[in-house]
Amino acid sequence: MSRLPDDLKYARSHEWAKPEEGGNVRVGITDYAQEQLGDVVYVELPEAGRRVKAGEACAVVESVKAASDIYSPVSGEIVEANGSLSDAPESINQDAYAAWLFRVKADDLSELNALLDAESYKASAEEAD
Amino acid sequence: MAEDVGADRMLIFDRSRRGRAAHAQFPPETGESPTVPDGLLRKTPPALPEVSELDAVRHYTRLSQQNYAIDTQFYPLGSCTMKYNPKACHDLASLPGFLNVHPLGLGRAGQGTLACLYELQEILGEITGMAGVSLACAAGAQGEFAGVAMIRAYHRSRDDSARTEMLVPDAAHGTNPASASMGGFRVREVATDSDGNVDLAALDEAVGPQTAGIMLTNPSTLGVFDRHIQAIADIVHRAGGLLYYDGANLNAIAGKVRPGDMGFDVIHLNLHKTFSTPHGGGGPGAGPVGVNDKLLPFLPLPVAVKEDSCYRMLTETERPHSIGHLITFAGNVGVLLRAYVYVRMLGYEGLKRVAEFSTLNANYLLKKLIEAGFEPAFPQRRAAHEFIVTLKRLAKEHRVTALDFAKRLLDYGVHAPTVYFPLLIPECFLIEPTETESKETLDAFAGAMAAILKEAETEPDRLKSAPHSLPVRRLDEVRAARHPDLAYPSE
Amino acid sequence: MPFIPHTEDDIRDMLAALGAASIEALFDEIPAELRCGALDLPPALKEMEIARLMHARAGRNRPLLCFAGAGAYEHHIPAAVWAVASRGEFYSAYTPYQAEASQGTLQVLYEYQSMMASLTGMDVSNASLYDGATSLAEAVLMAVRTNRKSRSRRILMPKTVHPYYRRVVETIVGSQALELTELPYDIDTGRIDPASLDIHSGTDVAALVIPQVNFFGVLEAVDELTDWACANGALAIALVNPVALALLKPPGEWGKSGADIACGDGQPLGIPLSGGGPYFGFLCCRKAHLHQLPGRLVGRTVDADGRPGFTLTLQAREQHIRRGRATSNICTNQGLMVTAATIYMALLGPEGLRRVALQSHRNTLRLMDGLTAIDGVERVFPGPFFHEAVFRTPRPAREIMDGLAERGILGGYELTREYPELGEAILVCVTETRTQEDIESYARKVASLVIHPGNGS
Repeated sequence: MSRLPDDLKYARSHEWAKPEEGGNVRVGITDYAQEQLGDVVYVELPEAGRRVKAGEACAVVESVKAASDIYSPVSGEIVEANGSLSDAPESINQDAYAAWLFRVKADDLSELNALLDAESYKASAEEAD
Repeated sequence: MAEDVGADRMLIFDRSRRGRAAHAQFPPETGESPTVPDGLLRKTPPALPEVSELDAVRHYTRLSQQNYAIDTQFYPLGSCTMKYNPKACHDLASLPGFLNVHPLGLGRAGQGTLACLYELQEILGEITGMAGVSLACAAGAQGEFAGVAMIRAYHRSRDDSARTEMLVPDAAHGTNPASASMGGFRVREVATDSDGNVDLAALDEAVGPQTAGIMLTNPSTLGVFDRHIQAIADIVHRAGGLLYYDGANLNAIAGKVRPGDMGFDVIHLNLHKTFSTPHGGGGPGAGPVGVNDKLLPFLPLPVAVKEDSCYRMLTETERPHSIGHLITFAGNVGVLLRAYVYVRMLGYEGLKRVAEFSTLNANYLLKKLIEAGFEPAFPQRRAAHEFIVTLKRLAKEHRVTALDFAKRLLDYGVHAPTVYFPLLIPECFLIEPTETESKETLDAFAGAMAAILKEAETEPDRLKSAPHSLPVRRLDEVRAARHPDLAYPSE
Repeated sequence: MPFIPHTEDDIRDMLAALGAASIEALFDEIPAELRCGALDLPPALKEMEIARLMHARAGRNRPLLCFAGAGAYEHHIPAAVWAVASRGEFYSAYTPYQAEASQGTLQVLYEYQSMMASLTGMDVSNASLYDGATSLAEAVLMAVRTNRKSRSRRILMPKTVHPYYRRVVETIVGSQALELTELPYDIDTGRIDPASLDIHSGTDVAALVIPQVNFFGVLEAVDELTDWACANGALAIALVNPVALALLKPPGEWGKSGADIACGDGQPLGIPLSGGGPYFGFLCCRKAHLHQLPGRLVGRTVDADGRPGFTLTLQAREQHIRRGRATSNICTNQGLMVTAATIYMALLGPEGLRRVALQSHRNTLRLMDGLTAIDGVERVFPGPFFHEAVFRTPRPAREIMDGLAERGILGGYELTREYPELGEAILVCVTETRTQEDIESYARKVASLVIHPGNGS
């Protein structure tokens, strides 16, 4: 199966989450997700300052054949969106884990515990196949 | 040859020369001085072409020659009903007496047009088993929106504000959930069983006091008739919801089964499918809606009525509960007139034959394709007017996708069938031959499919790089989306 | 059997291949109780018979000399427009999903998009929507989606927007929790009074709709209105007449920064009146809003050999992919009408279109001069107009309209129902198709109806 770094948390809806210093969480989509989507052509990102809830759709990744809603894995406030994606949406296809989408200042980091580890995510994705 | 190809890719703007125009088309001018203040005037002219009349005629005529069309090619497009568009429909709808009526003059001076519209309402009502019909929806999607809005209005009128959910089978066309959302409903998907029918157990679980209704088509998007339709109607009605019929597949049952008799409360029709009005490269269509007595007060306006031997449109005061107007005037009247001519030429016998021969053609073609080695999605079922074959095995064994196959079909002079819809069946073709195609056309198509199947096994690259014989090779859609060039001059 | 080619031999062979006894056997999965019997439909007609019927029906429509506008305009349509647009290759072509087999339609749409973008002074245009009113509804929905700064979902809708358009917008956006706030007009000028915006200044407004030309034919103060929108964090939606744009400043150049979205009805561009449709709506916008633009879009790209070609693009926004989250449920454009409009614009060119606009304007001036010379008839709004204007008569408007109809003229649009405050007022339109004799005849007939009321023809 596609690449699955061990040090990240994963959502069933194919986002990865990486906690950072200062209580922020960096979010992107998995290698599996970008493979399913195909060539990414456009990304719609949330504005800094927007408040989101865990499980709320707050971004869209568009390929030629599909548009995928991206759900924030945690509740909090968007601190930054990855501006480089507007010129180079294809970077998500090239390296899904380097091409992060947005960073959230989490209200409650324990929400991350509800996410999956690499093994469980792999199992859930294969099951859906 | 190469030069021709280059010339054919020229835009009309590339042919422009300063000062050229079709001068014969300019109006004669009189001398009043215009009184538009300078500050509101345009300072630079718009970048429209400057060409002679012959240039324009040549340019657009040659462009037309780069299209596939029903007039020139077979179009087995599932869910689209690409049947012959009779020339009489176009000619008669284009008589000057019809073309020159101003929409605001319909009442005073458009009795001929109104007579046709009124009769079309009656005829469509009879065909679908509905008590009332409105022609005032510009396309199927508008008809769907109207249907959803009427369901909403109905529940509101009974002070039933809990009904916030619309059920949609997971096999439904994308417009259904989109229309439901636009109508303010939450969409809930219901599973389809392995037989291609709505899963009754799943439906039973899904209904409740929150159910506003269900949006269905029968035969379904999977090309099979849902035999449990009466049970479905019972379940939804008992829960207090209404049934909406998506008329996209009416071609399969026209004259044999009426949606009203199946239990549907509201329907929309696609005149550009079942009733043979032209697709025109993407429109205009028309999506009239029909309702039973429950929803009559909510029909979108305008609706034509007959009083003695005079026709007029109902007013808002007469229909205070109408959901309103979805379009500025009376609808796509030119399209409606074409459908009227068509349906008058068919009569009941002709309509019945539409269902009979579209079904015969579909079942025959399915048989031929199975014999050629294709895998049907529902081998245990009869085809309705369309059917699905899946190319999943091909995709796995030879890395050839349904899209590759479709592109290769273009080289055989056939427009590809519907690809990738419904989403439920992987790597599929949804094939609808329609009743206006002959046995020879179907045999030739089956032959082409068999030939390509062989190629897929021995020379898959021929498919993957198809088409080879059209004005362009396969187009880079990723580039088109990443670097949108949507207007001349390109940046 | 009309349009069905099968012979008895064909039927026999096909049934044999299927192992079916009859065509009826193919319907055996349908429960018997659902089968309808014979339907009560008029008997089938041969082409000769329906042709006769339709000629009679067309003859039953009375040809009235047209002086009505109000959203549908009679302009000269060059013969070449429909001669080419009616070709089977355009007429019976499907939506261009298989791009390689649809380069004709796709290139026409690309050229159309280019022409509309330039005409409106915007960066992009979509490939059309159903009509002007629905394009306005889509523009409103788009503005709410696009305006991230606004939370209110409130739209300012002037009363000088066509009443039929306003009711369509209400029907379409009504179920989506949008708030349409009516903006009054100044009864003396027939325009939005910019001062009436004052109560909204500083409040959260998602968008302001600015009609140019407005429903009364009057020219609005578009620069001031656009600047107000910009200063107030609202998007400016321009509702415009495409022929007028050959003469008037386009929305892209309004105010300091231009409007954000432009929409309207393309019917004046080579589309016949045809009792009210099919027409087409256009929708154009600034590049920044591209991904919220509903409807089809055609993009230019290259093929596998590097040669230029066209394809539908950014389809992921559309209903067949986004399903419940689509920008709209539109899955059609008005392809054939747009083909005709593109050919029309190519034939007229910038100069021809400007002359159509100018001559329509001049003819309306001439008619208004003739009308105001009649005792008791007055021009209602003093300011500049394009090709429609409002006059008031001492007799009931209904009487004037009926009298004109008896005399072979469609006199215009009575404003008494939607704008009773204007009194017995009629909105009249004169395009380049009316001759000097037509105009004099109209004025003469109104004069006789005013001076000698109650006279027969």
